[in-house]
Amino acid sequence: MGASYKYIGKVAQRRDAHDIVTGTVRYTDDLKFQNLLYGKVLRSPYAHALIKRIDKSKAEKLPGVKAVLTYEDIPDWRGGTPRTVRILDKKLRYMGDAVALVAAQTAEIAEEALEFIDVEYEVLPAVFDMDTALKPGAPLVWDEFPGNIIPGGTILYGPNCLKGVAMGDVEKGFAEADVVAEGTFGYENIPNALPPETVGAVALWEEPNRVTIWGTSQAPYMDKITLFHFFNREVEIRCIGSHVGGGFGTKIMCWQVQSYAVLLSRATGRPVKVMFTKEEHMAAFTLRIGSRISARVGMKKDGTLTAIKGTWYVDTGYYCWSTQAQVAIGSGELMIMAQCPNWDLRNIIVATNRNASGATRGFGGQELKSSFIPILSLAMEKAGLDPFEVLKKNFVKPGGGYFWRDGEWYKYRGIDFSKAMTKGAEVFGWKEKWKGWHNPTATDGSKRRGIGVGVHGNADIGEDAAEAYVQLGYNNTATIFLCMVEHGTGQKSNYPKMVAEVLQIPPERIAMTPADSLLTPFEFGPVGSRGTYAIGSAVINAAEDARRKLLKFAAPKLGADPQDLDTADGVVFVKTNPERNMKWRAIGNDRTILGYGRFEQDFTMCNFMMSFVEVEVDTETGKVSVIRVVNATDVGQIIDPQGLEGQLNGCLGSAGIDSAIFEETIIDRRTGHIMNANMVDYKWRTFSQLPEVEHVVLETPFPSHRFHAVGVGEISTSPGPSAVLMAVSNAVGIWLHRYPVTPDRVLEALGKINSSPGSNPGQGGAK
Amino acid sequence: METTKTKKKRAPAYDAGPINLTINGQAHDLHIGNRPGEIEPFHTLSFTLRETLGLTGTKISCDQGACGACTVIIDGKAVLSCKILTVECDGAAITTIEGLKNPKTGELDPLQQAFVDHSAFQCGFCTPGIIMTARALLNENPHPTEEEVKDSLSGNFCRCISHYQVVRAVMSVAKR
Repeated sequence: MGASYKYIGKVAQRRDAHDIVTGTVRYTDDLKFQNLLYGKVLRSPYAHALIKRIDKSKAEKLPGVKAVLTYEDIPDWRGGTPRTVRILDKKLRYMGDAVALVAAQTAEIAEEALEFIDVEYEVLPAVFDMDTALKPGAPLVWDEFPGNIIPGGTILYGPNCLKGVAMGDVEKGFAEADVVAEGTFGYENIPNALPPETVGAVALWEEPNRVTIWGTSQAPYMDKITLFHFFNREVEIRCIGSHVGGGFGTKIMCWQVQSYAVLLSRATGRPVKVMFTKEEHMAAFTLRIGSRISARVGMKKDGTLTAIKGTWYVDTGYYCWSTQAQVAIGSGELMIMAQCPNWDLRNIIVATNRNASGATRGFGGQELKSSFIPILSLAMEKAGLDPFEVLKKNFVKPGGGYFWRDGEWYKYRGIDFSKAMTKGAEVFGWKEKWKGWHNPTATDGSKRRGIGVGVHGNADIGEDAAEAYVQLGYNNTATIFLCMVEHGTGQKSNYPKMVAEVLQIPPERIAMTPADSLLTPFEFGPVGSRGTYAIGSAVINAAEDARRKLLKFAAPKLGADPQDLDTADGVVFVKTNPERNMKWRAIGNDRTILGYGRFEQDFTMCNFMMSFVEVEVDTETGKVSVIRVVNATDVGQIIDPQGLEGQLNGCLGSAGIDSAIFEETIIDRRTGHIMNANMVDYKWRTFSQLPEVEHVVLETPFPSHRFHAVGVGEISTSPGPSAVLMAVSNAVGIWLHRYPVTPDRVLEALGKINSSPGSNPGQGGAK
Repeated sequence: METTKTKKKRAPAYDAGPINLTINGQAHDLHIGNRPGEIEPFHTLSFTLRETLGLTGTKISCDQGACGACTVIIDGKAVLSCKILTVECDGAAITTIEGLKNPKTGELDPLQQAFVDHSAFQCGFCTPGIIMTARALLNENPHPTEEEVKDSLSGNFCRCISHYQVVRAVMSVAKR
């Protein structure tokens, strides 16, 4: 479908393929440094405490220890939104909060030194869930935030950052409704995206105020900006990215581990590496937000939505970094999937004494949708409507619109996804399998099958500015200057394809700079689904600019106007007479032709994904198995078929579909201890448990960039969780509303056991 | 006195002979001790490979035997190198991801080539461990069924979900 291209859409070997399969690709922990020291973090054994006294003298005396830092030794640098979080503080706010930092000759010595730091704590009462935190008189996580409510809005999204949705007249909307459903539902199991590579950084401080940081971040240029502000605008920062062993959105939030390395290097004058252990990764690095919504939904008999009113409660753990942004994006995303004239959607961001939540694939939208669709399902059941039809009807279409993160209203100018939805339903066999609410699709002894459907769309495909340079080489080569790390999506192989298509030279002749903020222009980082449209546009624009400059350079030599010229295979030629031509070689090796490309953010389009799932529930054991998944999407134009397939298969992992079945971070709500911060106790899908997965990918050209493509990778995890709940409920004939639907919860719903030992109290049920 | 002080700074090496490991066909005599380049009794094989010998293709993810990222082949068997001490490997023949391609021609192992052709990775961090596990399986059982491939890889964590492309890649070699 669409235009025919030489490189775009064709199967091509990933540029890093050889290095990946031979083990020569370099991730952060594989880098070598001269005189390297190793940093370790002493972590709080209490969820809420004050340091009464801290004595580091014994630790400092241990041979091989080069620095021990406590809150008394460091500058008053603060991060977070708002900026309240000191890198080391006198007050500790979660079990695992940083108490002190050690740099030593080896990791073992640093680890040992932690035990010699003598700390006296004053333990404070703590709040471990939103209900407790919001009670009047509850202990405060921050004195700055009365009631444990953290203010909404982030300056990153401008002064009118979306803080909720208010439009139309909800009371009028409810009056017009044929059915009204209400309830309180949550997605509070905090599944961990859990990239295989842990998080870490190496810093090298140079007096008086320069630092270079290498690390696992998926957004090195943004780190430079973020840390610049967090370090009181006193430090010149250079960030260099490495290959990233999975990020799933979480690794844009590496500022704390980076700060530890920076402070230790500043104290020692040597490069210091801080790599988190897997336990630290799972207990002291970004978690998903806890999400709960209390809402009412009004709907007509034909599935038209008339009113949505409710409050979204967001458990952010001990501080916010991106949470306000996730609230903004999540709210906008709900509008994309639920077009409705009357809204009153508010939110409350709650601080609790557990590790902080932040950026994760799904970025607010997955969490809100997984909480909201169960309420919508109640309305659909009341109205006796097929959920596929209702989700299809209410997803944004050309002419529709939504508020987006900057608080502005955007009229949607993308494509109609109905075709992809219909095709997906056909491939899945939805019409044949759908037997009405709470009716299994098939029954075989104790086993019952059920189906469900979920949907997601995100206007972040065009979010944030992006910049790139493309430099032409006289030897028919080009170099892309872009601050981009490869973190698994394959985009670092896709940009050369795009440039190759513009310049008509093979991708193999195109090089890319490392992601180094000293070499490249600004780039926000591959987060959300912005890689293809936003970053791609900057790269394309840079290539087009370079091409323009090349033709302008060649024009006088060929005695023609630039617009009469074209270039292919390293030759500029007159279109009407290709014999009149000039080789790129004529540029000379003493001249630089440099194109600059910029993308200005554009929120007028979104991507789309619908997931159909079939589950089998064993009513004897309570076990839920996903049997089949069909994902439907429309991407405008496929750039790389194999990479796209991988991203869509990703619907299962990184806290996607499986977050509805077995993934959860289990927190002991009496102590704040994360009980399963290891990969034995945290459940994950194995090779021997693969369901059938199929993707329906349409290519209806988007009015995006010259290749008419948009990104979709991020959102493949998001429609699945609510679809699984729906499918399980249909299989067993009873609503199941708590994530994950563990065997205990299934058996409890079936009345076969009395109560399920839930780790997440406070999750609601239908009122 | 001066010399005594200098001596005290450095603890004496442990009283043990060198151990011999054959890694990717190359013999290594490694001394036990705590000086740079020596093996301490608590060093895991994964640590030695990465930090002492610079073979960083072997990845450490969970470092507790749960995820398979550190898998290497020891005397023909896929072994989690984070769960074995280097001193236990005396006399062993070890193959790591760096040792799979033909050292003379640089040609990739057919399994590596299949991973390239099927794009059987995304972030690539778990890939060396997956390839080593699959290589050990194919060495023992050159024509496994798809179920056997999946079972043998069930200890290898992959979070991007490249499982489907991995199974296809391994089966493309298994069918030959």
